[in-house]
Amino acid sequence: MNIYVLLKKTFDTEEAISVSGGRIDESGAEFIINPYDEYAVEEAIQQRDQHGGTVTVVTIGDEDSEKQLRTALAMGADEAVLINTSEDLDEGDQFTTAKILEAFFEGKEVDLILAGNVAIDEASGQVGPRLAERLNMPFITTIVKLDIEDEMAKIEKDVEGDLEKIEVSMPVLVTCQQGLNEPRYTSLPGIMKAKKKPLEQLELDDLDLDEDEVEAKTATISIFLPPKKQAGRILVGETGEQVKELVSLLSSEAKVI
Amino acid sequence: MSEKILVIGELQQGVLRKVSYETIAAAKQLNANAEILALVLGDGDLQQPAEEMIHYGADRVVTVSHANLSNYTSEGYGQVIMEVMQDEKPSGMIMGHTSVGKDVTPKIASRLELGLISDAVAIEKEDDQVLFTRPIYSGKAFEKKVMKGEGLLFATIRPNNISALEPDASRTGDITAKEVDVKDLRTIVKEVIRKKTEGVDLSEAKIVIAGGRGVKSAEGFNALYELADLLGGAVGASRGACDADYCDYSLQIGQTGKVVTPDLYIAVGISGAIQHMAGMSNSKVIVAINSDEEANIFKMADYGIVGDLFEVLPLFIEELKLQGALVS
Repeated sequence: MNIYVLLKKTFDTEEAISVSGGRIDESGAEFIINPYDEYAVEEAIQQRDQHGGTVTVVTIGDEDSEKQLRTALAMGADEAVLINTSEDLDEGDQFTTAKILEAFFEGKEVDLILAGNVAIDEASGQVGPRLAERLNMPFITTIVKLDIEDEMAKIEKDVEGDLEKIEVSMPVLVTCQQGLNEPRYTSLPGIMKAKKKPLEQLELDDLDLDEDEVEAKTATISIFLPPKKQAGRILVGETGEQVKELVSLLSSEAKVI
Repeated sequence: MSEKILVIGELQQGVLRKVSYETIAAAKQLNANAEILALVLGDGDLQQPAEEMIHYGADRVVTVSHANLSNYTSEGYGQVIMEVMQDEKPSGMIMGHTSVGKDVTPKIASRLELGLISDAVAIEKEDDQVLFTRPIYSGKAFEKKVMKGEGLLFATIRPNNISALEPDASRTGDITAKEVDVKDLRTIVKEVIRKKTEGVDLSEAKIVIAGGRGVKSAEGFNALYELADLLGGAVGASRGACDADYCDYSLQIGQTGKVVTPDLYIAVGISGAIQHMAGMSNSKVIVAINSDEEANIFKMADYGIVGDLFEVLPLFIEELKLQGALVS
């Protein structure tokens, strides 16, 4: 099977966010593989181990994105592709990303594409479905189980807590939800091997794309932080009294019950 | 009424989701003078949900009923929505940012080469331009986005953030049933397993009771469920509680997991890791119950009780029963 994983680097979840000059301040921040994309990498490796084939990890980013690709290679992916847009694009949106990926996949034999169901930074969840539509491929989002048998994928999809059992023809694009698997940690031999695995670098030119063709359909005009919460009130007294006071505050002061 | 805005009435087991009403209010914020056209799709008699959409402010409703719409598939819903868009040529379209909305809107946007602004929590107009506010980094920050050019104003809205209009049962409007041949589906839903305990959906709940590692066991969550039932709320959890198998991952709130914005969030035995706080910090009122007075969650809480949750929760439940302070 030709298995592809769409990967994005994101801020480490530990990072606090600050804004400077109308943008998210990225200086000094730690980047990681988007946590949902880690499930995608893990699932791709498990499917390859079961059915044979190759796992190719694809990201759109800048030269620093090599780090996350090497991590995916160290986990066990076979090849990586970095589509470096830092020279060509100032900003893009989900249309941009899907368009670039569409060009990348043109003419490729694909059996399965995996992605995270959402990136924890911009959190639109659009790119997977957008790409599948461009490739005229069915897609299933937020999957928690994947079994492939005879050109059919049997999938369990999380629907806000309920579970749907779905059958879909291959090739298919799926986006991964927590609970699908436990992503493995990288091992030292894995990291050593990853250094020698192929990592292809592409730019828009290599995909025969102009900047105009991928121009974003939406624009961000400002970024701001939520208002700081004022320090709350710690109730005092006997537990019973505290509870009485809490109920009264919630009904008369906060008016939420 | 030259312009019209399309909103989607989303059914869940035959009943409209609350966010469907909110899409009507959102559509009016896009353009107060536009005709609000609602599409209600499913399998069966859709007259009642269609009328409800009108009571909540829709001017006209198109219903599409088909056996292949009994379960959501992106292909089935996508075909119907795009056909209605082609008929009606709306200038805007709003849908709830639900499991279904998240799934079908990017498909439509991609097919029609449109921009799409997902998960908006507020809509405002500034010099004829529509600004959509949406959380990024799980609510650690927000951005305001606009559509470039003249394209369709296309957005999904987060449940519980844009208030629905007051329903008016005397409102009337045209309801038309449209035939769409829903076919060529490559996706088959074989079975739906309902795992959710009660009717209140975590992402739409006005009140959320969330438990952490401090709850200590799956049984420990029973008190949270009792409290949630009493308040008409839903139960959520921290990652710690999910990792420890006290509850299902579908209840997880945080940077991975769900982001919730209820009116009241009660954090029980949750220390308040930054990843968890990202998922609930924009709740209107936050209550923390924790035995560790140094717990980070207290920095975020409007009201805090330092104490043993196994002592506090039964008293809390008892007091609510005494007060009869039930939320409808």
